[in-house]
Amino acid sequence: MHGYSGKILHIDLSERKSWLESKPEKWYQTYIGGVSMATRLCWENITPGCDPLSPENPICLANGIFAGTPVPVGGKFGLASKSPLTGFIGDSLSGSWFSTSFKRAEWDGIVIHGVSEDWVTVFVDDDMVEFRDASHLLGLGTTETESAIRDEFGDDQVRTACIGPAGENLGRISNVSNDGRKAGRTGHGAVWGSKKLKGLSMRGTHGVEVADSEELLSLSLDILEAAQGPHTQKYRILGTTSNVLNMNKLGLLPTRNYQEGVFEDAELISGEYLHEHYKAKTIACAQCPIACEQVGWVKEGPYAEAMSHIEYESLFALSSNCGVNDMEAAIKAITNCNELGMDTMSTGVTISWAMECYERGIFTKEDFECERYPEGFEANFGSGMAMVKLTEMIAHRDGYMGDLLADGTQRASALLDEERDTESYKWAMNIKGLETPGYDARALKTFALGLSVGTRGGCHNRTAAYDPDIKGQVDRFSVDETRGKLAKGTEEYAAVYDTLPLCKFIRRCFTGKADREGAWPAIAKLINATTGWDFDYDDVDLIGERAHTIKKAFNIREGWTRDDDKLPYRWKHEEMTKGPSAESVVTDEELEYLKDLYYEAKGWTQDGLIPKEKLVELGMEDVAEDIGV
Amino acid sequence: MPLPSTSKHEYITCDPDKCIGCQICEYVCSYTKTGEFNTFRSRIRMVRDHKILITTVACRTCENAPCAIACPRDALKQDPKTGVIKVDTALCDGCAWCIEACDFGAISINPRTKLAEICDLCQGEEDGPQCVIWCPKDALEKTTPDRRAQRSRRKLAREEILR
Repeated sequence: MHGYSGKILHIDLSERKSWLESKPEKWYQTYIGGVSMATRLCWENITPGCDPLSPENPICLANGIFAGTPVPVGGKFGLASKSPLTGFIGDSLSGSWFSTSFKRAEWDGIVIHGVSEDWVTVFVDDDMVEFRDASHLLGLGTTETESAIRDEFGDDQVRTACIGPAGENLGRISNVSNDGRKAGRTGHGAVWGSKKLKGLSMRGTHGVEVADSEELLSLSLDILEAAQGPHTQKYRILGTTSNVLNMNKLGLLPTRNYQEGVFEDAELISGEYLHEHYKAKTIACAQCPIACEQVGWVKEGPYAEAMSHIEYESLFALSSNCGVNDMEAAIKAITNCNELGMDTMSTGVTISWAMECYERGIFTKEDFECERYPEGFEANFGSGMAMVKLTEMIAHRDGYMGDLLADGTQRASALLDEERDTESYKWAMNIKGLETPGYDARALKTFALGLSVGTRGGCHNRTAAYDPDIKGQVDRFSVDETRGKLAKGTEEYAAVYDTLPLCKFIRRCFTGKADREGAWPAIAKLINATTGWDFDYDDVDLIGERAHTIKKAFNIREGWTRDDDKLPYRWKHEEMTKGPSAESVVTDEELEYLKDLYYEAKGWTQDGLIPKEKLVELGMEDVAEDIGV
Repeated sequence: MPLPSTSKHEYITCDPDKCIGCQICEYVCSYTKTGEFNTFRSRIRMVRDHKILITTVACRTCENAPCAIACPRDALKQDPKTGVIKVDTALCDGCAWCIEACDFGAISINPRTKLAEICDLCQGEEDGPQCVIWCPKDALEKTTPDRRAQRSRRKLAREEILR
């Protein structure tokens, strides 16, 4: 086998031992890598029905097929566990040097079981596994932790994925960080924290062996050249933050906890404004010739020294959605989240929920009291200072408010509504417990479907169904019989990229066209040069369907039912009043109709379950035995 | 093509403002020199020590190269014409004195053979150093100190005038 080592590393934190598992080539051809392989490892190693924060929930990492090779944007890995936020599959991706070290250590996947008695870091040095005391690292931020570990070894080639204080404190909106990149969503930080695993370090010294290296290099260099052209221009200059003004123009920029889709001060939080006043540098992930990360830097004032790469999804959540028009406060809040190890999106949307509670008089100043801020503070929409303070409080579970918000909007609203007899669930913006992204789905009906059926909840990246809506391929304000197929098509398209994984920003660089016809033949060539397989268009297309199916199968085994595919109350009952997306909601009738269409397009039952023959057709016989109907 | 400078030898330089830290140079180098994709085998190395401090380093082809002088087995010899350091693999025993002598960290020990490896500006490649060709951001350049200084002066002059 080329491109893979054929080996999965198992590490048991309880027993402090490790062992090797070999997988057959067929298994690799079915699950490939990234989120698909990570989910499959989770399927095989979890105790179904377990508490996500128990020792029975494994941490599963699966490397990318192209990691450690010159294939542009292929330096990524997948991370999966049962999500402590949603109770369903938590599958994340991250691009970094961690994945290339992981590859050179010659492991295709890593499964971490059990729970450690004391805080540890695990160091994988090629084929050696070492458990190291982590007590001196507790409380350190993510960048600090990574450099402290590198300094201990005195070797820059030791790359670490780790958690910050938020993960140590089992915050369910915490994440895992590596080289400044994040396996960001669904609360992985809490899973690592529950196992007392502060970090996982890798050092790999082997060359990555592929079937035809000359061919692979030549294909890679063609893509590399295309990646400097017009297809990636948007990403190279403003990065994803260019979306702020675009979304605002469409009336889709979440504002004041999704009450509106137009923010009056959008200019002040735009990518253009960031570029002009705060940009320190553009940087790239491992193996990436595009470089979309725009690093924002505040040099003076109350937020001096804040520095972080700024993405659209972080920015909307920690500016317009909190009503904040202060770019410096946004950069500070994003820096805090990244250093403390929290999902910027879930954190921002949770803070905006609390601000709305404050504006409605449910919370008072006193509710925000804590050791750090003994007087409490006012938390109106628009207060950058309150937003920044809350990021710290959430990470450390400071006071009543920090503790309440650390577990996201679903749990916070349920607790509050029980304690104070309120109805704050009506503005708790999450799907399956995962906070919603920076596109208001009330006026993007295909996207609304994609989000509601998403296996990991409110995630734009996994569904990508905003594409036909925003491009005008369909009428975004209404529903029709095409939407089921569209939502299936976009989520499986995204799943191909998430499984290889390749960053989606490369999607136009193969032939200029981002669609399957443009990309799949080129991707098949890359796979074949790496593995020596004989993949064609259909095989590449199947990667996505299989990836999505194993995630769905995981959810079914964890108790998923049709009722779990839902939307936040606000998107179903409250219209926006301003801008081109005003006066639109997704009614129950519309949503149920769309779900019917979607399950049918997927070849599932009306209850959304997967027929045995469908699973067999995809080469998942053992899954069919377990959950097929 | 610039004429060879008489002041000093050519070497690979990196503009840290342009470098994005992607390591494409390392992959291309390791493949060109060893046939494998292994950034550990690259003779040019990316350094990323901070969120925005990123650059790459390769052999600077110093005059009277300290690495060659330090080698106790005379395994490192400097080509007087090009300044390139050649490692005689029959003599090198991987003692790493050359690494200690190099202020730039431009020499590394191959993890497999345990012998020293140094950039030779892709001698033998018709189109010159492959890292320079494939750097996606044109951050790398084969230059001499003299030409590098001229460029800095031009840049400074332009900035002064435009200011």
